Amino acid sequence: MERVRTGRSGNVSLAGLLVLLSLLLAACGGGTETAGVEVSDLIVASTTSTQDSGLFDELLPAFEAANPGYRVKVNAVGTGEALKLGEKCDVDVVLVHAPDSEKKFVADGFGSERREVMYNDFVLVGPVEDPAGVAGGADAVAAFTRIAADQAPFVTRGDDSGTHKAELKLWKKAGLESPAGDWYRNVGQGMGATLTIANETGGYVLADRGTWLSMKENLPGLMIMVEGDAALFNQYGVIPVSPAKCPEANSEGAVAFMEWLVSDEGQELIAGYGVDRYGQALFVPNAAG
Amino acid sequence: MIGESIRQAVELLLTDGEVWSIILRSLQVSGLAVLFGCLLGIPLGVLVGIHRFRARGAVVAVINTGMALPPVVVGLFIFMLLSRSGPFGSLHLLYTKQAMVAAQLVLALPLILGITVSGIGAIPREVLDQARSLGASRWQTAMAALGEARPMLIVAVIAGFGRIIAEVGAVMIVGGNFHGDTQVMTTAIMEEVRKGNFSLALALGVILLTIAFSANGVMARLEQRAMAS
Repeated sequence: MERVRTGRSGNVSLAGLLVLLSLLLAACGGGTETAGVEVSDLIVASTTSTQDSGLFDELLPAFEAANPGYRVKVNAVGTGEALKLGEKCDVDVVLVHAPDSEKKFVADGFGSERREVMYNDFVLVGPVEDPAGVAGGADAVAAFTRIAADQAPFVTRGDDSGTHKAELKLWKKAGLESPAGDWYRNVGQGMGATLTIANETGGYVLADRGTWLSMKENLPGLMIMVEGDAALFNQYGVIPVSPAKCPEANSEGAVAFMEWLVSDEGQELIAGYGVDRYGQALFVPNAAG
Repeated sequence: MIGESIRQAVELLLTDGEVWSIILRSLQVSGLAVLFGCLLGIPLGVLVGIHRFRARGAVVAVINTGMALPPVVVGLFIFMLLSRSGPFGSLHLLYTKQAMVAAQLVLALPLILGITVSGIGAIPREVLDQARSLGASRWQTAMAALGEARPMLIVAVIAGFGRIIAEVGAVMIVGGNFHGDTQVMTTAIMEEVRKGNFSLALALGVILLTIAFSANGVMARLEQRAMAS
């Protein structure tokens, strides 16, 4: 600091700064009331694939309209992180897609109950040059076996996400306990980033259909290799965190969110999402009653 | 929780060779970026610092704004340049350490440049005028200024290194976090957070802080020596 400002101009800028700070603070303030209804925050931990597909932009306004007492905030992370946030009581409800981990989450007492909401499917995507020659097949495991045998480049999310876990199951069925080698590239990133890397490097990748459809315009080097196999099924579940473990959690809101997702209104919205934009629905609702 | 992370950090360092290679890669990438940043930034900074020219205020404002460049934006910019569909796609530099060094260089340069400029600017005019009146050439004047501003130059290096060893946005995008190839400490931490391995992520954070602390310790010793001489 060469000179110390004194006098009026200093006071004016100080006052300006104070005004700016108070505006910023006011902008951050919570606890709003709308039309006399007490509004509480409801924090949902979900997956990047759900967020990136745009489904939440469709569902959340409808949920908030039906339940004006809640304002939903979505924390889009990997399934692993979402469940961890639930364990630590940092979120009120989780909506993820890794049934085995979800059941364990409930069995361990972190979640109160688990309801199935919808499914979408995975697609095996690969470079248009298709070095392993797997395009057009209907058997995902056969394609995986072929890719491993040819050591064709494969990009894995490697991030403990639901998609990563599904991929590992497919490798297991193809006879590889844990694939390794130069051809198997572990990038530890989200679906969008992993697809971008596969597009740039000419690799195969397992992707959820929603993210693939919403991004494929930007991925000219990639195309679908295998789809429609039952082994590519991707079930989503919703779990409110256990009020016993997390007394501070917004349990009422969490249960309301779950009930709304499996209600006729929620299920119909899910069934219609994406039809106008992609010509097909991204998710198939399958809540059991 | 911090105690547990410190214990885990020590355990990782003792048992996990992979962690060491990630640490070395971090030091290599950020160290090279700072080195190139100094080679470019210090001479340029001396030039801008010594001379009084009309657009000087604007140049300094641009440099100072550069200090606030968001790493993600820099990463995205380099990514678009090096992408297959970008102008330099044929060089196949995307997802390499070279690309990571380039991105971090862009982040470190404004800091090194800006601090050098203000360090040189803080030298009393008389000192340089005196040197000139004693018949010093431009080159000799610049060297004299460098000598005067030496402590500030060390601050510039510390600040530049501190900024980039800790940034994740740029190296994640241009490096891709490829395991065993372009993964560095910050991208590894990010990945463990995503996986929900919070304590492992924190342990890696402890290691990263220790590296930064040691690097600063070395630089502080140099700074003291520069002040003393």
